[in-house]
Amino acid sequence: MNQRTIQVDALESEAIYIFREVVAQFEKPVLLFSGGKDSITLVRLAQKAFFPAKIPFPLMHIDTGHNFPETIKFRDQLVKELGVNLIIRNVQDNIDSGRVKEETGRYSSRNILQTETLLDAIEEFGFDACIGGARRDEEKARAKERIFSVRDDFGQWDEKNQRPEVFDMLNGRIDLGQNVRVFPISNWTELDVWSYIKKEDIEIPSIYFAHKRNTFLRDGLIWSADDAVVFRDKEEKVVERMVRFRTVGDMSCTAAVLSDAIDITKVVEEIRDSSISERGARIDDKRSEAAMEKRKQQGYF
Amino acid sequence: MIKTKTHIKSNFSPLKKNNLGHLKIATAGSVDDGKSTLIGRLLYDTKSLTDDKLEAIEEKSRQRGFDYLDFSLATDGLVAEREQGITIDVAHIYFSTRKKSFIIADTPGHIEYTRNMVTGASTAQASIVLIDARNGVVEQTYRHFFINNLLRIKNVVIAVNKMDLVDFSEEKYKIIKGEIEYLASKSEYKDQQLTFIPLSALQGDNVVSVSENMPWYQGETLLQHLEKLDTEDISDDSQVRFPVQTVIRPKIATYHDFRGYAGKIYGGDFEVGDKVTVLPSLTKSTIKSIHFFDKEYARAKSGSSVTITLNDNVNVSRGDMLVKVDEEPTITKQLDATICWMDSAPLQVSQKYYIKHGVNDAQAKITQLNSIIKTDFSGKTENPSELALNQIGDIQLKLSKPMLVDAYNQNKSNGAFILINPKTNNTVGVGFINPPLIPRRGN
Repeated sequence: MNQRTIQVDALESEAIYIFREVVAQFEKPVLLFSGGKDSITLVRLAQKAFFPAKIPFPLMHIDTGHNFPETIKFRDQLVKELGVNLIIRNVQDNIDSGRVKEETGRYSSRNILQTETLLDAIEEFGFDACIGGARRDEEKARAKERIFSVRDDFGQWDEKNQRPEVFDMLNGRIDLGQNVRVFPISNWTELDVWSYIKKEDIEIPSIYFAHKRNTFLRDGLIWSADDAVVFRDKEEKVVERMVRFRTVGDMSCTAAVLSDAIDITKVVEEIRDSSISERGARIDDKRSEAAMEKRKQQGYF
Repeated sequence: MIKTKTHIKSNFSPLKKNNLGHLKIATAGSVDDGKSTLIGRLLYDTKSLTDDKLEAIEEKSRQRGFDYLDFSLATDGLVAEREQGITIDVAHIYFSTRKKSFIIADTPGHIEYTRNMVTGASTAQASIVLIDARNGVVEQTYRHFFINNLLRIKNVVIAVNKMDLVDFSEEKYKIIKGEIEYLASKSEYKDQQLTFIPLSALQGDNVVSVSENMPWYQGETLLQHLEKLDTEDISDDSQVRFPVQTVIRPKIATYHDFRGYAGKIYGGDFEVGDKVTVLPSLTKSTIKSIHFFDKEYARAKSGSSVTITLNDNVNVSRGDMLVKVDEEPTITKQLDATICWMDSAPLQVSQKYYIKHGVNDAQAKITQLNSIIKTDFSGKTENPSELALNQIGDIQLKLSKPMLVDAYNQNKSNGAFILINPKTNNTVGVGFINPPLIPRRGN
């Protein structure tokens, strides 16, 4: 007999509670998996929620084709270990078929194109709940999001008319055609996620740790020059720098930060003392003040 | 005024952030009482705004021709909010000091968005009610103060804001303090701890730094007060409730006969060997094991999401509840409740809704609308014909199946429910169960 008492981690217990509500209230949930630290944390929480049973829903990756190779390698390994089903849908397919038009030029990115592929996949599989790793501390439009966030047929977020969400009672009732985006780590901060990864000893892709990389500077941000994805002028000089990534979105919109944080302890320290926000290195948010809100209205995750 | 030029970020060393769990605080108060500005001020003075966010606020403030930093730009995240200069929905804002970390729910002041204020306040451990010193206690102050009492939020700060605009007058402050104390004396919730702080969110008086303009005030600044509040959830001091969310049956070789009940523990602790009653069947058993992920534990505290197995093979499914023997809640098909209405279509007698009580669902019919409660604590309007958006009233409900309930004043986690409109699926009301509870007849 074990004599120990469980140490309550309120955020962890809240997330586990949310996962269990999803499985009880919906018929076809899916976990949107990007290979980033937030979705990796979600996977661990889902494991905890249902252990010793397996995670009772598939993972789905909307692949822009511009992912860091380290992330993809990591994703495939994790899925193999967990024995869960991974669905992959490619933005490239929609570009090839002409359904969406790829942006061109200096700031072009496939980030926004993910939305169309995501909505198609939701329809194809009939998913009624899509679990994501968005957090309220990330961005000011996300700060307004409910834990169960209802989307219509077109994936639209009606931000001015959200359901009241009182105590921890989650109303998952929806009409046919609607779906719910679920955010189990809504109340976590970036530091909470990193501290949890450290505490739980969770493996994450190597690009989160400081490494030497060929980079160039633009608009005060550091871009990877190793991959052909980011458009670079001839004048933009390539220099090897010690960097890491704070988010691992599409390579075309994710800049690196200078860092010496080579392990998880140093990363946690760095985040604690940071004076730049996590999404400060995401060019997709810098397009306009309302960039995130606009994307969410259109069905962006 | 906070001149933009006085902002020299490089001279600040950011306060160390910590991650010891977050104290949840809700703001309340009427439109333009300065809620978003107060939060912006807290973020700014605790150096919680990162450089990129601060630069964005500086630029926007300049564009709009302000000679000060418009802190509400930090929290009003929606386009419509920035256009109209108001808060529509709750924003959850994070900041931390050396001592504590906080989530503040920045809630809307407009009456039409009261439902969003309730959303923000329902999970809060403390609340700040702002009052514009020039206007004193207004209708929305009454309403929000009333809702704080209805929710039984223990720590309430009355922040008398915009003191700079009333020449830091002690007299004005005392009039407002007296009015709120009078309201509090009429509330039936007597455990509430009220703290009054005169401040200026725009200029920073008594928010983080002690004001030099109000020597007559000897109390704490807002931040000093918030840092001292207890993060322990005050509701976690009642009888233990374990509503079963889902049953875990792995059906794999190593756990072939495993049948675990997954849920979150509310109100107290469970230990292996505890004698329990399974509701609504009233079957007795004992706790065989408590699992959290891949480990077993002897004991689990309130607030932990665990999986429990029993020594007897009893029938348990979602919505059922495990409690300690002799601490059973009431099993009932009839409820008396105070309800806060959150839908534009009014509540009327004989209408049917879905009721969600914790993780349990049923149908509910409104059998009586007894009264509308006046939120200035001046009494009730008896026998109204309907309950409109943002009104609070006393009702009676009949349920399609027995529910396992406590009165809200006895057990917060098991004493509240929501009503859902079956046509729109929207959450239309939040209810607080009142005593006396009427047990169902027979079994």
